Amino acid sequence: MSDILLTIDGKEVRAKEGMTVLNAAQSSGIFIPTLCHHEKLEPYGGCRICTVEVESRGRTNYVASCLYPVEKNLVVRTRSEKIDKIRKVLIELLLAHAPDSPQLLEMAKEYGAKSVRFGKEPSFCVLCGLCVRYCAEVKKKNAIAFVDQGPKREINFIPEIASKECWNCKECFPLCPTSYLQAAYVLTQGLVGFKNS
Amino acid sequence: MDNRRIDEIINKYDGKPNSVIMVLMDIQHENKWLPREVLEKVSNKLGVPLSEVLHIATFYKTFSLKPQGRHEVHVCTGTSCHQRGSAKILEKVQDLIGIKPGETTPDLRFSLEKGSCLGCCTLGPEIVVDGMHHSNITPDDVEAILKNYK
Ligand code: SF4
Ligand code: FES
Ligand code: FES
Repeated sequence: MSDILLTIDGKEVRAKEGMTVLNAAQSSGIFIPTLCHHEKLEPYGGCRICTVEVESRGRTNYVASCLYPVEKNLVVRTRSEKIDKIRKVLIELLLAHAPDSPQLLEMAKEYGAKSVRFGKEPSFCVLCGLCVRYCAEVKKKNAIAFVDQGPKREINFIPEIASKECWNCKECFPLCPTSYLQAAYVLTQGLVGFKNS
Repeated sequence: MDNRRIDEIINKYDGKPNSVIMVLMDIQHENKWLPREVLEKVSNKLGVPLSEVLHIATFYKTFSLKPQGRHEVHVCTGTSCHQRGSAKILEKVQDLIGIKPGETTPDLRFSLEKGSCLGCCTLGPEIVVDGMHHSNITPDDVEAILKNYK
């Protein structure tokens, strides 16, 4: 299959069909910030931090680069005033939920985001789904689930499964951009006790 | 709900994993709520992880994961009924049966819901018990109405 040629930040980039803009950028050393993306997981598009500007057939669009497939002659910009603004607002919204997340604070510095703009509403989890998806897709244990909807949406360990599987795994811990996952783990452990085999 | 009936429902949809919502809706309809064991069973039978089944069962308002009372009391709190004093009616119902909307009495006699317009504004304020409309009522009528439902 022939390669697809596109331009990212003025640089000509070669990509394979089926790659996302994010894949293409990363493979040629161009950095795009991400939060919910993980190389071992299916693209999710939950956080939109990876938003970039794409120009194709004369139209400019703002898209999540972790989902957007590469196409011929696509022109991508990873930073611009508008992109920075979009990222800044997103970071501020996320910070309202997880004011102490190291990843978010790091990005906040870069984009001048201040968490005071939106009322603080610490739910600690930012619903990036990394834990839920990692457990389902990589470990195939499905020990963590999203429950409820809207503002009440949260992640839950499923006690029956977690009590058997989680003690010896905990691979999701370092993925979480906040400390919510470990808190939820300890809470579930307190409820049902986890087996250390 | 007995296992055989659950099997029947699942078989109706050929046990296809993508029928999970339909299966849960049928069970909800017959049983009025979805006990944990039932969710586990649906998960096993359809080969859909429990985490997915829970995700769906908690996402849609149609599903209840808590036992429901024998009688469902629904107080209309839509705009028209509100204008006509539905807040007082709701208060009265709450006082009489001792629960708030979204709850069920410990003896499983009543579940209480409030909700927006039921589509018969000229009859408001009204409450609906088990699908039966009681229209144009005052707080004083509530006790007599509820008495009919054991
Ligand atoms: S607990 Fe952490 S990893 Fe899991 S969804 Fe929430 S923020 Fe993401
Ligand atoms: S990294 Fe692309 S939407 Fe989260
Ligand atoms: S507002 Fe109560 S029936 Fe319309």
